[in-house]
Amino acid sequence: MELVVFVLASAMMLIGAVGVITRSNPVHAALSLVLTLFGVAVHFVALEAYFLAAVQIIVYAGAIVVLFLFVIMLLGVDKAENLSAEPLVAQRWLAGVAGLGLLGLLVVAVARGADVLATRAGGLDTSAEAAGGDANIQQLARSVFGDYVVAFELTSVLLVVAVVGTVMLARRRAAGDA
Amino acid sequence: MAEPTTLSYLIVAALLFVIGTVGVMVRRNPLIMFMCIELMLNAVNLSFVALARELTDIDGQSIVFFVLVVAAAEVVVGLGIIVAIMRNRSSLTADDMAELKG
Repeated sequence: MELVVFVLASAMMLIGAVGVITRSNPVHAALSLVLTLFGVAVHFVALEAYFLAAVQIIVYAGAIVVLFLFVIMLLGVDKAENLSAEPLVAQRWLAGVAGLGLLGLLVVAVARGADVLATRAGGLDTSAEAAGGDANIQQLARSVFGDYVVAFELTSVLLVVAVVGTVMLARRRAAGDA
Repeated sequence: MAEPTTLSYLIVAALLFVIGTVGVMVRRNPLIMFMCIELMLNAVNLSFVALARELTDIDGQSIVFFVLVVAAAEVVVGLGIIVAIMRNRSSLTADDMAELKG
């Protein structure tokens, strides 16, 4: 059963990812991105990261993809671009070779680390009995608001900077304004 | 039926990361390049969560939480820059941004 879920979620994820880079219409690419994000969320549930799965759906599939679609519509670029023309000589061919090389490196690195993993068996104690059904959220909250509370407060500064910066970027300058 | 191992999660994450990398290298639309960066971030998040379970350590999930926040901020600023650049242009490709070319 878990293997079936894994295979289906991986297929969703990878088909969506291939869709993002092959669709010529940006709207279709954004919708393929949603498929990928849902696949990753299913993986999160299978890996017992229930809170992150919910956040993944709400923040990524909800907010970020809507932001993408909003910008696509705002700029009016929701028409298919011509993908048959290759702008640089041998760009795609070289990108494919580089991608295969990177994949090889990553798989070798993962395989070399696999024997280290085999010595540390077990899983997070996220069973429903551990803390009345929300052990994952309790553990995560202890970690985020305990060990990483300074980093958590700094993310609020980051978000304020991002919002102010975006407002400044998107503002239309008045005439004569430097 | 057998359970998927952490190794298989890591290999699927590596595949997703490579697809995102190839997308950044191949596509010329800055919006699509942003989406490919999101693909790479998701691949890394998946590795973090898989290893958090494997190593019985919740810190992996905490880091994914922060990555989500930073990714949201990054998308907001990036799309703001794209809107600011593209407001007075008709086409939308990364090759058009060549004002600083000597």
